[in-house]
Amino acid sequence: MSEVKDTQGQLWEVFIQTKKGLPFKHFGSVHAFDKEMAIQNARDLYTRRGEGKGMWVVPADAIVAVDPNNDASFFEPADDKIYRHPTFYELPDGTKNM
Amino acid sequence: MGAEELDVLFQERIDANDKIEPRDSMPEEYRKHLIRQMSQHAHSEVIGMQPEGNWITRAPSLRAKKILLAKVQDEAGHGLYLYSATETLGISREELIEKLHQGKAKYASIFNYPALTWADMGAIGWLVDGAAITNQVSLQRTSYGPYARAMVKICKEESFHQRQGYEIMASMANGTAEQKEMAQDALNRFWWPSLMMFGPHDSDSPRTGNAMKWKIKREFNDVLRKRFIDKTVSQAELIGLTIPDKDLKWNEENNSYDFGQIDWDEFWSVVKGGGPCNVKRLKHHKKAHQEGEWVRKAAAAYAQKHSSK
Repeated sequence: MSEVKDTQGQLWEVFIQTKKGLPFKHFGSVHAFDKEMAIQNARDLYTRRGEGKGMWVVPADAIVAVDPNNDASFFEPADDKIYRHPTFYELPDGTKNM
Repeated sequence: MGAEELDVLFQERIDANDKIEPRDSMPEEYRKHLIRQMSQHAHSEVIGMQPEGNWITRAPSLRAKKILLAKVQDEAGHGLYLYSATETLGISREELIEKLHQGKAKYASIFNYPALTWADMGAIGWLVDGAAITNQVSLQRTSYGPYARAMVKICKEESFHQRQGYEIMASMANGTAEQKEMAQDALNRFWWPSLMMFGPHDSDSPRTGNAMKWKIKREFNDVLRKRFIDKTVSQAELIGLTIPDKDLKWNEENNSYDFGQIDWDEFWSVVKGGGPCNVKRLKHHKKAHQEGEWVRKAAAAYAQKHSSK
Protein backbone atom coordinates (compact mmCIF):
# COMPACT_ATOMS: atom_id res chain seq x y z
CA MET A 1 0.00 0.00 0.00
CA SER A 2 2.81 2.42 0.80
CA GLU A 3 4.03 2.40 -2.82
CA VAL A 4 0.62 3.68 -4.01
CA LYS A 5 0.97 7.34 -4.99
CA ASP A 6 -1.23 10.01 -3.40
CA THR A 7 -3.11 11.40 -6.40
CA GLN A 8 -6.51 12.92 -7.14
CA GLY A 9 -7.42 10.11 -9.54
CA GLN A 10 -7.66 10.23 -13.34
CA LEU A 11 -9.62 12.68 -15.44
CA TRP A 12 -12.99 11.60 -16.90
CA GLU A 13 -15.13 13.60 -19.33
CA VAL A 14 -18.83 13.80 -18.56
CA PHE A 15 -21.63 13.77 -21.18
CA ILE A 16 -25.22 14.36 -20.13
CA GLN A 17 -28.57 13.95 -21.82
CA THR A 18 -30.84 16.57 -20.29
CA LYS A 19 -34.08 15.16 -21.73
CA LYS A 20 -35.02 11.80 -23.20
CA GLY A 21 -34.58 11.91 -26.95
CA LEU A 22 -32.01 14.73 -26.96
CA PRO A 23 -28.34 14.19 -27.85
CA PHE A 24 -25.74 13.77 -25.10
CA LYS A 25 -23.70 16.93 -24.55
CA HIS A 26 -20.30 17.51 -22.96
CA PHE A 27 -20.83 19.02 -19.50
CA GLY A 28 -17.37 19.02 -17.96
CA SER A 29 -15.00 16.64 -16.24
CA VAL A 30 -14.43 14.88 -12.93
CA HIS A 31 -11.61 13.11 -11.15
CA ALA A 32 -12.16 9.51 -10.07
CA PHE A 33 -10.28 6.28 -9.52
CA ASP A 34 -12.64 3.93 -11.36
CA LYS A 35 -15.79 4.00 -13.48
CA GLU A 36 -18.27 3.59 -10.61
CA MET A 37 -16.71 6.49 -8.74
CA ALA A 38 -16.57 8.52 -11.93
CA ILE A 39 -20.28 8.17 -12.59
CA GLN A 40 -21.21 8.88 -8.96
CA ASN A 41 -18.97 11.95 -8.81
CA ALA A 42 -20.40 13.15 -12.11
CA ARG A 43 -23.95 12.74 -10.77
CA ASP A 44 -23.13 14.71 -7.61
CA LEU A 45 -21.30 17.42 -9.51
CA TYR A 46 -23.40 17.97 -12.63
CA THR A 47 -26.97 16.86 -11.88
CA ARG A 48 -27.85 18.37 -8.51
CA ARG A 49 -30.89 20.13 -9.98
CA GLY A 50 -32.41 17.48 -12.19
CA GLU A 51 -30.27 18.30 -15.24
CA GLY A 52 -29.78 14.65 -16.19
CA LYS A 53 -31.84 11.89 -17.75
CA GLY A 54 -28.84 10.02 -19.15
CA MET A 55 -25.09 10.17 -18.51
CA TRP A 56 -21.83 8.90 -20.02
CA VAL A 57 -18.39 9.17 -18.44
CA VAL A 58 -15.33 8.54 -20.60
CA PRO A 59 -11.66 8.41 -19.54
CA ALA A 60 -10.25 11.68 -20.90
CA ASP A 61 -7.25 9.95 -22.47
CA ALA A 62 -9.58 7.72 -24.52
CA ILE A 63 -10.88 10.73 -26.45
CA VAL A 64 -9.29 11.38 -29.83
CA ALA A 65 -9.36 15.05 -30.79
CA VAL A 66 -8.37 17.16 -33.77
CA ASP A 67 -5.32 19.25 -32.98
CA PRO A 68 -6.31 22.85 -33.75
CA ASN A 69 -2.67 23.89 -34.20
CA ASN A 70 -1.57 21.40 -36.82
CA ASP A 71 -4.80 20.42 -38.50
CA ALA A 72 -6.16 23.74 -39.70
CA SER A 73 -6.81 22.10 -43.05
CA PHE A 74 -8.65 19.16 -41.50
CA PHE A 75 -12.12 20.52 -42.14
CA GLU A 76 -11.22 22.08 -45.50
CA PRO A 77 -12.59 19.32 -47.76
CA ALA A 78 -16.08 20.57 -46.92
CA ASP A 79 -15.38 24.12 -48.06
CA ASP A 80 -15.65 23.61 -51.85
CA LYS A 81 -18.79 21.45 -51.83
CA ILE A 82 -21.41 24.12 -51.54
CA TYR A 83 -23.80 21.93 -53.60
CA ARG A 84 -24.32 19.99 -50.35
CA HIS A 85 -26.38 22.89 -49.04
CA PRO A 86 -30.02 23.30 -50.05
CA THR A 87 -29.52 27.01 -50.77
CA PHE A 88 -27.22 26.11 -53.70
CA TYR A 89 -30.16 25.18 -55.95
CA GLU A 90 -32.14 27.54 -58.11
CA LEU A 91 -35.83 26.81 -58.08
CA PRO A 92 -38.48 28.20 -60.41
CA ASP A 93 -40.38 31.18 -58.99
CA GLY A 94 -43.49 30.15 -57.16
CA THR A 95 -42.17 26.79 -55.92
CA LYS A 96 -43.90 26.05 -52.62
CA ASN A 97 -43.43 23.64 -49.72
CA MET A 98 -39.79 22.77 -50.54
CA MET B 1 6.40 31.38 -36.89
CA GLY B 2 8.18 33.69 -34.45
CA ALA B 3 6.85 34.48 -30.98
CA GLU B 4 6.04 38.07 -31.93
CA GLU B 5 4.08 37.00 -34.95
CA LEU B 6 2.14 34.50 -32.83
CA ASP B 7 1.34 37.23 -30.31
CA VAL B 8 -0.07 39.41 -33.09
CA LEU B 9 -2.23 36.57 -34.40
CA PHE B 10 -3.39 35.81 -30.86
CA GLN B 11 -4.39 39.44 -30.24
CA GLU B 12 -6.30 39.44 -33.55
CA ARG B 13 -8.31 36.45 -32.34
CA ILE B 14 -9.00 38.15 -29.00
CA ASP B 15 -10.05 41.37 -30.74
CA ALA B 16 -12.45 39.36 -32.92
CA ASN B 17 -14.01 37.95 -29.70
CA ASP B 18 -12.84 34.43 -30.54
CA LYS B 19 -12.87 32.08 -27.55
CA ILE B 20 -9.47 30.55 -26.82
CA GLU B 21 -9.57 26.78 -26.28
CA PRO B 22 -7.16 24.56 -24.30
CA ARG B 23 -5.02 23.33 -27.17
CA ASP B 24 -4.86 26.64 -29.04
CA SER B 25 -1.60 28.49 -29.17
CA MET B 26 -1.47 31.26 -26.52
CA PRO B 27 1.21 33.54 -25.08
CA GLU B 28 2.89 32.08 -21.99
CA GLU B 29 1.87 35.16 -19.97
CA TYR B 30 -1.80 34.63 -20.89
CA ARG B 31 -1.59 31.05 -19.67
CA LYS B 32 0.13 32.11 -16.43
CA HIS B 33 -2.36 34.89 -15.81
CA LEU B 34 -5.25 32.46 -16.25
CA ILE B 35 -3.73 29.81 -14.00
CA ARG B 36 -3.24 32.42 -11.28
CA GLN B 37 -6.72 33.91 -11.57
CA MET B 38 -8.66 30.67 -12.11
CA SER B 39 -6.89 28.75 -9.35
CA GLN B 40 -7.45 31.65 -6.97
CA HIS B 41 -11.11 31.53 -7.94
CA ALA B 42 -11.26 27.74 -7.37
CA HIS B 43 -9.49 27.97 -4.01
CA SER B 44 -11.92 30.73 -2.96
CA GLU B 45 -14.91 28.47 -3.58
CA VAL B 46 -13.35 25.68 -1.52
CA ILE B 47 -12.04 27.82 1.37
CA GLY B 48 -15.40 29.61 1.30
CA MET B 49 -17.00 26.39 2.55
CA GLN B 50 -15.36 26.85 5.95
CA PRO B 51 -17.17 29.87 7.43
CA GLU B 52 -20.53 28.37 6.40
CA GLY B 53 -19.66 24.76 7.23
CA ASN B 54 -19.08 26.07 10.73
CA TRP B 55 -22.83 26.75 11.07
CA ILE B 56 -24.30 23.54 9.62
CA THR B 57 -24.60 21.81 13.00
CA ARG B 58 -26.03 24.97 14.60
CA ALA B 59 -28.58 25.98 11.98
CA PRO B 60 -31.78 27.16 13.72
CA SER B 61 -34.15 24.75 11.92
CA LEU B 62 -34.08 21.62 9.77
CA ARG B 63 -35.12 23.73 6.78
CA ALA B 64 -32.20 26.11 7.35
CA LYS B 65 -29.81 23.20 7.81
CA LYS B 66 -30.82 21.47 4.58
CA ILE B 67 -30.46 24.72 2.65
CA LEU B 68 -27.04 25.45 4.13
CA LEU B 69 -25.85 21.92 3.35
CA ALA B 70 -26.99 22.31 -0.26
CA LYS B 71 -25.25 25.66 -0.52
CA VAL B 72 -21.94 24.38 0.86
CA GLN B 73 -22.18 21.42 -1.53
CA ASP B 74 -22.66 23.89 -4.40
CA GLU B 75 -19.50 25.75 -3.35
CA ALA B 76 -17.57 22.47 -3.49
CA GLY B 77 -19.02 21.89 -6.94
CA HIS B 78 -18.00 25.37 -8.10
CA GLY B 79 -14.49 24.70 -6.87
CA LEU B 80 -14.42 21.49 -8.91
CA TYR B 81 -15.73 23.15 -12.10
CA LEU B 82 -12.96 25.71 -11.76
CA TYR B 83 -10.19 23.24 -10.91
CA SER B 84 -11.10 21.21 -14.01
CA ALA B 85 -11.12 24.33 -16.15
CA THR B 86 -7.70 25.34 -14.76
CA GLU B 87 -6.29 21.88 -15.42
CA THR B 88 -6.98 22.34 -19.14
CA LEU B 89 -4.07 24.82 -19.06
CA GLY B 90 -1.65 22.00 -18.31
CA ILE B 91 -1.36 22.11 -14.52
CA SER B 92 -2.36 19.16 -12.33
CA ARG B 93 -4.84 19.14 -9.44
CA GLU B 94 -1.99 18.08 -7.13
CA GLU B 95 0.11 21.10 -8.13
CA LEU B 96 -2.82 23.47 -7.65
CA ILE B 97 -3.42 22.26 -4.11
CA GLU B 98 0.28 22.26 -3.32
CA LYS B 99 0.54 25.91 -4.38
CA LEU B 100 -2.34 26.82 -2.08
CA HIS B 101 -0.68 25.01 0.82
CA GLN B 102 2.64 26.73 0.14
CA GLY B 103 0.93 30.11 0.14
CA LYS B 104 1.91 30.67 -3.52
CA ALA B 105 -1.72 30.70 -4.65
CA LYS B 106 -4.24 32.93 -2.94
CA TYR B 107 -7.98 32.84 -2.30
CA ALA B 108 -10.49 35.63 -1.77
CA SER B 109 -9.66 37.60 1.38
CA ILE B 110 -13.30 37.80 2.41
CA PHE B 111 -13.06 34.25 3.80
CA ASN B 112 -10.44 35.37 6.29
CA TYR B 113 -13.20 37.07 8.27
CA PRO B 114 -15.02 34.95 10.87
CA ALA B 115 -18.73 34.04 10.73
CA LEU B 116 -19.72 34.91 14.30
CA THR B 117 -23.52 34.63 14.34
CA TRP B 118 -26.33 33.04 12.34
CA ALA B 119 -26.98 36.46 10.78
CA ASP B 120 -23.56 36.14 9.17
CA MET B 121 -24.97 33.28 7.08
CA GLY B 122 -27.45 35.82 5.79
CA ALA B 123 -24.83 38.50 5.18
CA ILE B 124 -22.50 36.09 3.40
CA GLY B 125 -25.20 34.83 1.03
CA TRP B 126 -26.63 38.27 0.35
CA LEU B 127 -23.44 40.36 0.16
CA VAL B 128 -20.51 38.01 -0.46
CA ASP B 129 -22.34 35.88 -3.01
CA GLY B 130 -23.99 39.02 -4.36
CA ALA B 131 -20.58 40.61 -4.99
CA ALA B 132 -19.29 37.33 -6.44
CA ILE B 133 -22.25 37.14 -8.85
CA THR B 134 -21.65 40.70 -10.06
CA ASN B 135 -18.09 39.73 -10.89
CA GLN B 136 -18.94 36.32 -12.32
CA VAL B 137 -21.69 37.55 -14.62
CA SER B 138 -19.07 39.76 -16.23
CA LEU B 139 -16.65 36.82 -16.46
CA GLN B 140 -19.14 34.75 -18.48
CA ARG B 141 -17.69 36.69 -21.42
CA THR B 142 -14.05 36.00 -20.55
CA SER B 143 -11.85 35.00 -23.50
CA TYR B 144 -10.83 31.54 -22.27
CA GLY B 145 -13.55 29.04 -23.30
CA PRO B 146 -13.40 26.61 -20.34
CA TYR B 147 -13.40 29.51 -17.84
CA ALA B 148 -16.36 31.18 -19.55
CA ARG B 149 -18.34 27.92 -19.58
CA ALA B 150 -17.61 27.28 -15.88
CA MET B 151 -18.87 30.81 -15.12
CA VAL B 152 -22.14 30.21 -16.95
CA LYS B 153 -22.80 27.11 -14.84
CA ILE B 154 -21.79 28.84 -11.61
CA CYS B 155 -23.95 31.91 -12.24
CA LYS B 156 -27.01 29.71 -12.75
CA GLU B 157 -26.51 28.25 -9.28
CA GLU B 158 -25.38 31.38 -7.41
CA SER B 159 -28.71 33.09 -7.60
CA PHE B 160 -30.14 30.58 -5.09
CA HIS B 161 -27.25 31.43 -2.75
CA GLN B 162 -27.96 35.12 -2.77
CA ARG B 163 -31.70 34.71 -2.30
CA GLN B 164 -31.33 32.31 0.64
CA GLY B 165 -28.96 34.79 2.32
CA TYR B 166 -31.29 37.73 1.78
CA GLU B 167 -34.19 35.66 3.15
CA ILE B 168 -32.23 35.05 6.37
CA MET B 169 -31.45 38.78 6.66
CA ALA B 170 -35.06 39.76 5.95
CA SER B 171 -36.51 37.39 8.53
CA MET B 172 -34.02 38.48 11.18
CA ALA B 173 -34.55 42.16 10.39
CA ASN B 174 -38.28 41.59 10.89
CA GLY B 175 -37.79 39.54 14.06
CA THR B 176 -37.18 40.61 17.67
CA ALA B 177 -35.13 43.72 18.44
CA GLU B 178 -32.22 41.47 19.32
CA GLN B 179 -32.44 39.60 16.01
CA LYS B 180 -32.60 42.84 14.07
CA GLU B 181 -29.52 44.03 15.91
CA MET B 182 -27.70 40.84 14.92
CA ALA B 183 -28.66 41.38 11.28
CA GLN B 184 -27.44 44.98 11.38
CA ASP B 185 -24.21 43.90 13.07
CA ALA B 186 -23.57 41.29 10.36
CA LEU B 187 -24.18 43.94 7.67
CA ASN B 188 -21.79 46.31 9.48
CA ARG B 189 -19.01 43.72 9.53
CA PHE B 190 -19.45 42.34 6.00
CA TRP B 191 -20.24 45.51 4.02
CA TRP B 192 -16.74 46.90 3.58
CA PRO B 193 -14.98 43.54 3.08
CA SER B 194 -17.61 42.77 0.39
CA LEU B 195 -16.71 45.99 -1.45
CA MET B 196 -13.03 45.00 -1.20
CA MET B 197 -13.83 41.74 -3.01
CA PHE B 198 -13.75 43.65 -6.31
CA GLY B 199 -10.07 44.32 -5.76
CA PRO B 200 -8.08 47.55 -5.61
CA HIS B 201 -8.86 50.63 -7.72
CA ASP B 202 -7.89 49.85 -11.30
CA SER B 203 -5.22 52.54 -11.14
CA ASP B 204 -3.56 50.54 -8.30
CA SER B 205 -3.98 47.14 -9.93
CA PRO B 206 -0.83 46.30 -11.89
CA ARG B 207 -2.31 43.36 -13.79
CA THR B 208 -5.47 45.07 -15.05
CA GLY B 209 -3.78 46.21 -18.30
CA ASN B 210 -2.99 42.75 -19.66
CA ALA B 211 -6.20 41.26 -18.26
CA MET B 212 -8.31 43.79 -20.19
CA LYS B 213 -6.18 43.59 -23.34
CA TRP B 214 -6.60 39.81 -23.43
CA LYS B 215 -10.27 40.05 -22.39
CA ILE B 216 -9.68 37.79 -19.40
CA LYS B 217 -11.33 40.58 -17.42
CA ARG B 218 -14.21 42.27 -19.21
CA GLU B 219 -14.96 45.15 -16.83
CA PHE B 220 -12.99 47.31 -14.43
CA ASN B 221 -12.97 46.63 -10.67
CA ASP B 222 -14.43 50.06 -9.87
CA VAL B 223 -17.26 49.65 -12.39
CA LEU B 224 -18.27 46.27 -10.95
CA ARG B 225 -18.04 47.61 -7.39
CA LYS B 226 -20.32 50.53 -8.22
CA ARG B 227 -22.84 48.22 -9.91
CA PHE B 228 -22.97 46.05 -6.78
CA ILE B 229 -23.51 49.05 -4.50
CA ASP B 230 -26.23 50.48 -6.72
CA LYS B 231 -28.29 47.32 -6.64
CA THR B 232 -27.70 46.46 -2.97
CA VAL B 233 -28.60 49.75 -1.24
CA SER B 234 -32.33 49.49 -1.91
CA GLN B 235 -32.33 45.84 -0.79
CA ALA B 236 -30.97 46.97 2.59
CA GLU B 237 -33.55 49.77 2.81
CA LEU B 238 -36.39 47.38 1.99
CA ILE B 239 -35.71 45.26 5.08
CA GLY B 240 -34.97 48.26 7.32
CA LEU B 241 -31.20 47.88 7.64
CA THR B 242 -28.66 50.67 7.30
CA ILE B 243 -25.54 50.48 5.11
CA PRO B 244 -22.64 51.42 7.43
CA ASP B 245 -21.34 54.31 5.29
CA LYS B 246 -22.11 57.88 6.31
CA ASP B 247 -20.92 59.17 2.93
CA LEU B 248 -23.33 57.01 0.95
CA LYS B 249 -25.51 59.39 -1.07
CA TRP B 250 -27.55 59.16 -4.26
CA ASN B 251 -25.96 61.15 -7.04
CA GLU B 252 -28.69 62.28 -9.44
CA GLU B 253 -26.22 63.40 -12.07
CA ASN B 254 -24.37 60.05 -12.27
CA ASN B 255 -27.53 58.04 -11.67
CA SER B 256 -25.58 56.10 -9.09
CA TYR B 257 -24.46 56.20 -5.44
CA ASP B 258 -21.44 58.08 -4.13
CA PHE B 259 -19.79 56.18 -1.32
CA GLY B 260 -17.08 56.54 1.32
CA GLN B 261 -13.40 55.63 1.31
CA ILE B 262 -12.48 51.96 1.43
CA ASP B 263 -9.81 51.13 4.01
CA TRP B 264 -7.13 49.81 1.64
CA ASP B 265 -4.64 49.32 4.48
CA GLU B 266 -7.02 46.72 5.90
CA PHE B 267 -7.41 45.14 2.46
CA TRP B 268 -3.66 44.75 1.89
CA SER B 269 -3.06 43.57 5.43
CA VAL B 270 -5.63 40.74 5.02
CA VAL B 271 -4.24 39.86 1.56
CA LYS B 272 -0.78 39.57 3.11
CA GLY B 273 -1.98 37.18 5.81
CA GLY B 274 -2.98 39.56 8.61
CA GLY B 275 -6.73 38.86 8.62
CA PRO B 276 -8.49 37.32 11.63
CA CYS B 277 -8.70 33.80 10.12
CA ASN B 278 -5.89 33.46 7.51
CA VAL B 279 -3.90 30.95 9.57
CA LYS B 280 -6.96 28.98 10.63
CA ARG B 281 -8.39 28.61 7.10
CA LEU B 282 -5.20 27.27 5.56
CA LYS B 283 -4.43 25.03 8.51
CA HIS B 284 -7.88 23.46 8.27
CA HIS B 285 -7.51 22.85 4.52
CA LYS B 286 -4.12 21.18 5.00
CA LYS B 287 -5.48 19.01 7.81
CA ALA B 288 -8.50 17.87 5.76
CA HIS B 289 -6.22 17.13 2.80
CA GLN B 290 -3.75 15.14 4.91
CA GLU B 291 -6.51 13.22 6.63
CA GLY B 292 -7.91 12.25 3.23
CA GLU B 293 -4.63 10.82 2.02
CA TRP B 294 -5.38 7.22 3.07
CA VAL B 295 -8.76 7.40 1.31
CA ARG B 296 -7.17 8.48 -1.97
CA LYS B 297 -4.50 5.80 -1.65
CA ALA B 298 -7.04 3.11 -0.82
CA ALA B 299 -9.17 4.12 -3.81
CA ALA B 300 -6.13 4.01 -6.09
CA ALA B 301 -5.08 0.61 -4.76
CA TYR B 302 -8.63 -0.74 -5.17
CA ALA B 303 -8.85 0.51 -8.75
CA GLN B 304 -5.43 -0.96 -9.53
CA LYS B 305 -6.37 -4.35 -8.07
CA HIS B 306 -9.60 -4.50 -10.07
CA SER B 307 -8.07 -3.41 -13.35
CA SER B 308 -5.35 -6.09 -13.16
CA LYS B 309 -7.89 -8.90 -12.65
